[in-house]
Amino acid sequence: MAPFSRGFRGHRPDAAAAGRLPPGQYETRDFPVLSAGPTPHTPLANWSFTMQGADGKTARWSWEEFTALPHQTTTNDIHCVTKWSKFGTTWEGISIDTLLAEAAAKGIKPSPYVMARSDGGYTTNVPLADLTNGKAWIAFMYDGKPLPAEHGGPARLLVPHLYFWKSAKWVRELRLMENDAPGFWESLGYHNYGDPWREQRYAGDE
Amino acid sequence: MSFVSGESPESGGRERVGDARRVDGNAAGGMFSEIFVPDLTTARAKCAGCGAEGMIGSLPVYAHGMGTVVRCPKCDRVVLRVARTPQHVWLDATGATCIVISRGT
Amino acid sequence: MSADAAAPRITWRLATVIDVVPETPRTRTLVLDVPAWPGHRAGQHVDVRLTAEDGYQAERSYSIASPPEDARLSLTVEELTDGEVSQYLSEVLRSGDTLELRGPIGGYFVWDIPVGGPLLLVGGGSGIVPLMAMVRHRNAALATDMDARHRLPARLLYSSRRWDEVIYRDELARLVEKDPTLEVMHTLTRELPEGWTGFTRRIDRAMLEMVAWPPSEQPRVFICGPTPLVESVATTLVELGHNPALVKTERFGPTGGSV
Repeated sequence: MAPFSRGFRGHRPDAAAAGRLPPGQYETRDFPVLSAGPTPHTPLANWSFTMQGADGKTARWSWEEFTALPHQTTTNDIHCVTKWSKFGTTWEGISIDTLLAEAAAKGIKPSPYVMARSDGGYTTNVPLADLTNGKAWIAFMYDGKPLPAEHGGPARLLVPHLYFWKSAKWVRELRLMENDAPGFWESLGYHNYGDPWREQRYAGDE
Repeated sequence: MSFVSGESPESGGRERVGDARRVDGNAAGGMFSEIFVPDLTTARAKCAGCGAEGMIGSLPVYAHGMGTVVRCPKCDRVVLRVARTPQHVWLDATGATCIVISRGT
Repeated sequence: MSADAAAPRITWRLATVIDVVPETPRTRTLVLDVPAWPGHRAGQHVDVRLTAEDGYQAERSYSIASPPEDARLSLTVEELTDGEVSQYLSEVLRSGDTLELRGPIGGYFVWDIPVGGPLLLVGGGSGIVPLMAMVRHRNAALATDMDARHRLPARLLYSSRRWDEVIYRDELARLVEKDPTLEVMHTLTRELPEGWTGFTRRIDRAMLEMVAWPPSEQPRVFICGPTPLVESVATTLVELGHNPALVKTERFGPTGGSV
């Protein structure tokens, strides 16, 4: 055990926060920015969102088409694997259920697994069952304002019940897969699923 | 090439200068010393994407809380990435065609 | 000088704080006694690690301010508004305390006499720290050798927001007074004192053209500070014809607003 630094305090959750925090987390009032690469700035005129079926069929929306889809406001607690949690974050976005229904109308069939792909090359994998039934959105507004680029704007995946690395910033595509495959962090030692309430941070965590 | 900036045609409008948060290979030197005995900041890495070469100390590094991501300053591809979990260090060097480390002789 | 490939693995050591020296309103220098310190080169840094009683740890890197000639290790720390480590080092740590650190780290961003010159140093805010180690090393190593100094002239271009935020201000003035082969040019970007005659803007191409030696002189260049400044200066110098292999960079990331 490393020697203590006199007078250095770790993060201590207050009593009010304690019940709301998954194990090993602390509450922050900030919104830390973590980035694995340069911030993309794709002009909206060039932006599109794609759903791709396991058979390769695609459905694509331009920014105008995308934001014309029915959207919802959602307020959630979010939990980062680096141990900060932020309560009561408010987003506006399009439910993945809506997108799947729109994609089904274009002949795209569901598959059990999904790979989210982002501008800049980031990827993360999520079971389809964790994106449906009101559990996930493609969010384009945060706290009542257009989602800033540093937080993943113009649009990011939002899956609040899993560690926040699954909420891929700058998302451009959801690719349905018959078989699971690990994304960027899942292939570098992080847990394949990432449930904060079971503290599934790293590969091998139960 | 030790430092090249500016937009490449493939970058799709990505703005480099705006990323004040990024550091460079120097900042990852201490972490690298846990994996490599020789100093990695003076090693040269060749990008498997575009072939650009540079000393790791000069390469842009995103010290994401989950891991360290070293990118090519020319094409932005990931050259090297490292994550430290409680029990292991995960190193992915597939983004580098090769890494050349001086033996100091 | 250590042969990098043969250097022993860097281990965590427990240093003792001998002295704490205020520099500017937001910076101070920690003077440390480090047992069995293997020595270092100007430009290198250490990683500092703090451990709370509940086991929580935080690590940050700090450039070494002292030259290799000093018996003690100095780190100059800037207090960042939300920085948990910098807050601790700026407000809590005091003489007699211990501090865990490892180093020296980094063989890329280093300068010593054998590397040669002319020496061009460009710094912004706390980026001055490793550059100051280089200035101090040059001063100590070439102490009375005026010929050597003329063969290895040095220029420092240093960007700060305000005059009272210029770190090592008085020491730089003293060094310049004693040594005509050392030039220091300041630029202030936010507020100017009365009678200011230095530069008054962010470092740009015109300023670099004025300050830098021509590429034909092959100056060894070291640029350190906030990432946007470092990248912009490095790009500009290469555009002006400087050999990229002679332009070394150390990006500090975002800062607490020092430039």
